[in-house]
Amino acid sequence: MSEGGVKSKVLPISRPCVGVAGKTGSWRVMRPVYNDSKCIKCRLCWLYCPENAIDLNEEGEPFISIDYDYCKGCGICATVCPKNAITMVPEG
Amino acid sequence: MPVTLRDLPKEKLLLPGNASCPGCPEALGLKYLGMALGKKVILVVPAGCTSIIQGLMPGGAFIYPTFNVPFASSDAVAAGMSAAKEILGEDAVVVAWGGDGGTADIGFATLSGAAERNDNIIHICVDNEAYMNTGIQRSSLTPYGAWTTTTWRGKRENKKELPLIMLMHKVPYVATASVGYPLDFIAKLRKAASIKGFKFIHLHAPCPVGWRFDPSRTVEVAKLAVETGMWILFEAENGKITISPPSRPYADKSKRKPIEEYIKLQGRFRTLSKDDIKILEKAVDDAWNTILKLAGK
Amino acid sequence: MVVKPLTGNYAAAYAAKLSRVKVVAAYPITPQTTIVEKLAQFIENGEMDAKMIRVESEHSALAAAYGAASGGVRAFTATSSQGLLYMHEMVWWVAGSRIPLVMAIVTRTLGPPWNIWTDHSDIMDQRDSGWLIMMAEHNQEVLDETIKMFKITEDPRVFLPGMVGLDAFILSHTTEPVDIPDQELVDAFLPPRRQPYVFKPGDSLLMGNVPRNLKENMKMREDIHNSLEAAKRVIEEVDEEWGRLTGRRYGGLIECYRCEDASHFIIGMGAWVGDMREAVDSLRTNGVKVGLIKVRYVRPFPREDILKWAVNAKSVIVFDRSVSAGSAGPLFLDVAAHLMAAGIRVPVKNVLAGITGLDVTYEDIIDAVLKSVAEVEETGRFSKFIEWYYGR
Repeated sequence: MSEGGVKSKVLPISRPCVGVAGKTGSWRVMRPVYNDSKCIKCRLCWLYCPENAIDLNEEGEPFISIDYDYCKGCGICATVCPKNAITMVPEG
Repeated sequence: MPVTLRDLPKEKLLLPGNASCPGCPEALGLKYLGMALGKKVILVVPAGCTSIIQGLMPGGAFIYPTFNVPFASSDAVAAGMSAAKEILGEDAVVVAWGGDGGTADIGFATLSGAAERNDNIIHICVDNEAYMNTGIQRSSLTPYGAWTTTTWRGKRENKKELPLIMLMHKVPYVATASVGYPLDFIAKLRKAASIKGFKFIHLHAPCPVGWRFDPSRTVEVAKLAVETGMWILFEAENGKITISPPSRPYADKSKRKPIEEYIKLQGRFRTLSKDDIKILEKAVDDAWNTILKLAGK
Repeated sequence: MVVKPLTGNYAAAYAAKLSRVKVVAAYPITPQTTIVEKLAQFIENGEMDAKMIRVESEHSALAAAYGAASGGVRAFTATSSQGLLYMHEMVWWVAGSRIPLVMAIVTRTLGPPWNIWTDHSDIMDQRDSGWLIMMAEHNQEVLDETIKMFKITEDPRVFLPGMVGLDAFILSHTTEPVDIPDQELVDAFLPPRRQPYVFKPGDSLLMGNVPRNLKENMKMREDIHNSLEAAKRVIEEVDEEWGRLTGRRYGGLIECYRCEDASHFIIGMGAWVGDMREAVDSLRTNGVKVGLIKVRYVRPFPREDILKWAVNAKSVIVFDRSVSAGSAGPLFLDVAAHLMAAGIRVPVKNVLAGITGLDVTYEDIIDAVLKSVAEVEETGRFSKFIEWYYGR
């Protein structure tokens, strides 16, 4: 089974990309602020971020980084953090 | 083999900057699917929120090969896809990812048909308890008393007991899950993928927009559903039911948190009367009694 | 090569088997059922290496075949009437996805009331969808064209699904001697399956999410239209090749019977074309210079072929076995519109007959044609462009 002649056809096909809905960070009304001194590296914020906008830095500091280009400010990370290491502050 | 946080893969199969609402439980579910099964997944998506979360052509928010299909067709398409992959000798896990409508209503026939035939697919019902993508209209999975745009005074009918219906299809694997308990969901996904035949996972997915709560509380509401006993986490392998660890304490009615704690967080339950709450409490008792009896307890 | 007495349904089943279809998904409906039963037999006794998905509805039948085809294997289904309408949404979706797939349609009328007899309402209801649509005249053609349809639809110039129509009971359940080609011949004729994209694990492809730019979406529709136009050439090439291999050529998009010196043309498609041949012979014996244009492919519409003959015609009579209620028969509408668009002024008439399965004999056809030809010979026009014909 081979694929042929694709270039000549206009197909309803897409390929993945980050930020398909634009810089969704612009949606934010509240922004999460990380206080690494309170962080116990439980990883719950990373686990529960629906946007996959939190990355872990296993090797060094700070342990988490928040991608503010795409973070929508939902606040789940702040809610699940057991140590209040993330707080929500008004954006802008 | 228990799943631990540390071992979870970091590779993102759901990409940031997608079109989901802030705090979206479907996004959480799609993320956990990727953590569980990675690149073996071929996703078959009937009409619903997930159709839109992908964003606009020519881009897309998923690394999964994603097949958008008509509303009533998901499991039949998935069954055909799965047959093709088997014929071609490719190691794939075909997942039909449908919401309320695509699973329990317009998609009910295709779901039941695939289950009865024991087609080799996983159907995940991402249950946000209404037709959210079209603007919060009531579905068969909307709970009793909930406000929706087609039940302004609260739904009068009960939530369709889909997990029990799927149990009665006698398929190899039926499970309930919740976005509040990702490790449990991931373990269940991996279990399902290791079994040949039809697997059904019903994922409870609290929706901030449709249920009327602050998006920061998605996980909290999901957990309260389990802690009040309103959502029961279990799995059934070849009909043998096990209550999942997060739900086990709540087999004991005295351990369940009062339903009010769950209800008061959600604007959609604002019209509930005291009698309605009693009806819901009884429903919780009945549901627990039924599942425990079926489990042989 | 072996000649067997086969019904049209069995001919379709043999064709799917010879084409090495790998997935069959179908739901029974009279009069398609024996196609599916035969295929189930082939698969269960090991004659055919395929999986059968015994779906719970026609919507799921096309959905499952489509799923398999999108996964990279040759898939086949069959239906009729209510079943075809039930899967109508999927019919459009498959064409829009550009996934090649072949479906047999045992053309049966629509209810209410319940009626299992033939007309062309069901298949003509799909004509806007982007599928190739072909109507067979006899069972040999059912077998041959189903095999050819795999080659045509999988050609990169086309990449669209295709339907092969056969009239309910007249073809589906009537036995005729059919030459079944050898597997070796079909293997040499059909190349390995090609399609514009395929779903496989690890290959990040999304199909069908919302377009950002509606111009792009409209271009997709135009591309389907253009691919159907391009298919005309492919249909002719494939017909020619099949002719070389088997000795059976069908003429491509149309076949012209006794057209060369015809003054009046009748146009039709499906099983009753056989009766039309008889009618033409009889009319000719009685001095009426009539020719028959057998429409084999209604989509793509054989515009150029029909215009070529109609340009010198005194009249054109189009027989339709279905109607676009409130306008006219669909074949007539296509013919008349294209004649007009080409600036060909010739009297055109629509005879609607055999709808809901009412039997039409070759004598009925002679009768309808004679009356129409007499009028146009005398007055130079048809006083009524449309006639509901119920028999002599």
